Amino acid sequence: MIVAKRKPIEEIIEEAQAYEKILLLGCNECVTVCEAGGKKEVAVLASALRMHFMNQGKDVKIDEITLERQCDHEYLEELRNRIDQYDAVISLACGVGVQFMAEKYMSMPVLPGVDTCFMGVTEERGVWSERCQGCGSCMLAKTAGICPVSRCAKRLFNGPCGGSTDGHCEIDKDVICGWQLIVDRLTKLDKMDDYEVLMPIKDWSTERAGGPRKVVREDVMQ
Amino acid sequence: MRLQYPSNVKIIKLPCTGRVDLIHLLRSFEKGADGVCVVGCMEGACQYTSGNIRARKRVEEAQRILESIKIGGERVQMFNLSSSEAPLFVKRISEFTERLKEMGPNPMKTAMKRAA
Repeated sequence: MIVAKRKPIEEIIEEAQAYEKILLLGCNECVTVCEAGGKKEVAVLASALRMHFMNQGKDVKIDEITLERQCDHEYLEELRNRIDQYDAVISLACGVGVQFMAEKYMSMPVLPGVDTCFMGVTEERGVWSERCQGCGSCMLAKTAGICPVSRCAKRLFNGPCGGSTDGHCEIDKDVICGWQLIVDRLTKLDKMDDYEVLMPIKDWSTERAGGPRKVVREDVMQ
Repeated sequence: MRLQYPSNVKIIKLPCTGRVDLIHLLRSFEKGADGVCVVGCMEGACQYTSGNIRARKRVEEAQRILESIKIGGERVQMFNLSSSEAPLFVKRISEFTERLKEMGPNPMKTAMKRAA
């Protein structure tokens, strides 16, 4: 899932200061799971903003809607008939949702309510960590299912480097060395021979370095 | 025991403080409450394992939010006691009420009156 974290309320207040009819727009997918932008977080932020503006003596209308997703046309279309009631939208979706909302409703200011962080997993409730950077050419088959792009600070393909100590990375003692994880798992899988094979230089053109990306599937296009 | 606690305190019974959500705390202030006190069992003695610990974290989050919107984080508090400690309940709740009197009314109350 895409992991996001809540923005400080002060920052959202600053962004929203100029508006009087605000729609808080949540998303039922990833940001609900990581408890940053689902229905509950929308309700909490709406309550806080209502109190703030009322306390400031400002009459600001704040409505709450949580869509199934903000990264698909059909769900954003649900707002078509009511969007004119507002003069700004604070979207608590990830950056994808915020942008798609902005693309769809060109004359509507759309403000982000969360900071989008990474693609990751829920380690435990309240702890999310990165697992994928969407490099566009997955190498997990060769690295025992552990990604050196997202788990190694240096994105090494023939690691570990000299900074790996007792299974931890030199950048932070709390960061586990990705290559230690790979070696440990290759050992478990009895595939340490794979580790001996030098990996070629990765083609990074499929990653963000190649510019904004697109996936086109003609077989499913309408 | 027939102990008296301040008459302006309204008690809302819950099966466990773990039922208290952040939004419940915020809505209380939105509706004009001067303060909210969450009273849970002693930590480590929760019938549902960790309800009171979760409640404490939610109270702390509510304090942060109320502080950032200038309603006042101190207006929401939590304390822990066992069900047999009625005198302690009265003492704590009375102290809390006194503190709230010193702080003055919830700014929302005056704002609502202004808006009406």
